[in-house]
Amino acid sequence: MLAQQLLNGLVVSGVYALFSLGFTLVFGIQRILNLAHGAIFMTGAMVAYYTVSAGGPLWLGFVLAILASGILSVIVELVCFRRLRKTGDEEFGGIISSIGAGLVITTIAQQVSSTQILRFPFETFPVVIYRFWGLRVSMLQLFMAGAAIVLVLVLGYFIYRTSFGRRVRAVTDNEHASMLMGINPNMIYAQTYFVAGALAGAAGVLVGLAFNSISFVMGEPYLMFAFAIIILGGLGSIPGALLASLVFGMVQTLTIAYLPSGLTDTIIFAALFLILLVRPNGILGKDDAGSLRGRR
Amino acid sequence: MLEVRDLRVHYSGIQALRGVSLDVRKGETVALIGPNGAGKSSLLNTISGLVAKDTGAITFEGQRIDGLAPWSVTKAGILQVPEGRQVFAEMTVLENLQVGETALAERAPTYGLEDVYKVFPILRERRDQRAGSLSGGQQQMLVIGRALMGGPRLLLLDEPSLGLAPVIIAQVFEALAELKAQGLTILLVEQNAHLALTSSDRAYVIEQGKIVKSDESRSLATDPEVTALYLGQD
Ligand SMILES: Nc1ncnc2c1ncn2[C@@H]1O[C@H](COP(=O)(O)OP(=O)(O)O)[C@@H](O)[C@H]1O
Ligand SMILES: [Mg+2]
Repeated sequence: MLAQQLLNGLVVSGVYALFSLGFTLVFGIQRILNLAHGAIFMTGAMVAYYTVSAGGPLWLGFVLAILASGILSVIVELVCFRRLRKTGDEEFGGIISSIGAGLVITTIAQQVSSTQILRFPFETFPVVIYRFWGLRVSMLQLFMAGAAIVLVLVLGYFIYRTSFGRRVRAVTDNEHASMLMGINPNMIYAQTYFVAGALAGAAGVLVGLAFNSISFVMGEPYLMFAFAIIILGGLGSIPGALLASLVFGMVQTLTIAYLPSGLTDTIIFAALFLILLVRPNGILGKDDAGSLRGRR
Repeated sequence: MLEVRDLRVHYSGIQALRGVSLDVRKGETVALIGPNGAGKSSLLNTISGLVAKDTGAITFEGQRIDGLAPWSVTKAGILQVPEGRQVFAEMTVLENLQVGETALAERAPTYGLEDVYKVFPILRERRDQRAGSLSGGQQQMLVIGRALMGGPRLLLLDEPSLGLAPVIIAQVFEALAELKAQGLTILLVEQNAHLALTSSDRAYVIEQGKIVKSDESRSLATDPEVTALYLGQD
């Protein structure tokens, strides 16, 4: 039934939003595609898993996952991008070096997990099903939707309502002028990468819980979808990424529910191409957003 | 207040400054005039820490500032209004002004929001508009206002008249005169020599990375060489 599927779609959208917002944030501020973002997401899920399997409570796993992913993301910025930025090679060089960083992280995770699919112990998250208006909702789904909404609102508040957010947007807009206003872009970059990584880590834990399946390659499909989402939303646009996450989550859930299996990705990417035919810069994209060349 | 001594700067292959010395005293407006490509922006950018020097020294209020990062130079109180009106286009006018406060660090503000609105009333009217949607003149006023929010002890202006209509130029320079009257120290870079010489106390002429003349602006305005080279077309 449709209402049930829409509800499921909303939960999926929330996870996509958490994952792709960080990816978008980084792209918006540096015009860099951080292809290690999927590995950072996976790291979040792994950290939560090992915390819980070592006997720690789930909330602690969550906190550690967010911290670890955030810090890992900052390390990726320092190792992969900062030096390349000095020589001006970050656009293409950064793609290669972040693929490399992603591989390193993924390979370490493969070693640590012995190439196994990891599963949380039974009832790590209480299995409770609520029924209302003929809908079935699990507590986990409510938690996922709630966590996604809260994190997105907190991010939105920080970016659009605080002086920290103004500085982030100033660097995004014009790095040269921002330095002349007393902003150290390197600080802003480190903070942005932390936030981006933390959101991805949170998404990783939620996905790990939802499917109760954690593996070293779990980031790959999400990276692919994040690509599609930021292109659809308009490169670097935060509201665009949110909207596109919603579209993707819904389309994916509905096609899985109502169409023969295997068509899902075909339809999603066909829809992407159709929308781009009409709006080449994405739903909320600016005219210059499609250009990978910096605007400065 | 600001002392530049024998400054040399090069970009890959190009010698942009070949031993520039220049002083700005407290309360003065000093103009730097010269043709396109003479090295005016390079000098401002070296002072601001955006470009690294080869040799020479820059001293501000007794402290060496050459070698400092741009954000540290602004925190010392040197605020640059860069060439080409670099507003934060996607942010509102008010947000642009608020970003300017970053440069204060621990210093007390010298111009608050109300003071900036008093100098440029149009910014109050447009405060919730996207900065990118302002006209060129309004953007120039905004970037000056944004620098004022950073509590400048020394304001560096790079070609504030560039690309603006004469009426708008007059408005901007009226505001600069007002700031000067309030005691602000200004280093003004201009290609428009007439404008620069009538709105400054002293002036330097720079050509091919070298200061070739310096004097009271009043005297330079009647200097035969300067009038022939820079004031002829006005
Ligand atoms: N970033 C740069 N890289 C290489 N050369 C530059 C750069 N900026 C300026 N130049 C060169 O340095 C010289 C001085 O330029 P500039 O300081 O911008 O002059 P002005 O501001 O007086 O027009 C010019 O020859 C210019 O082409
Ligand atoms: Mg110039």
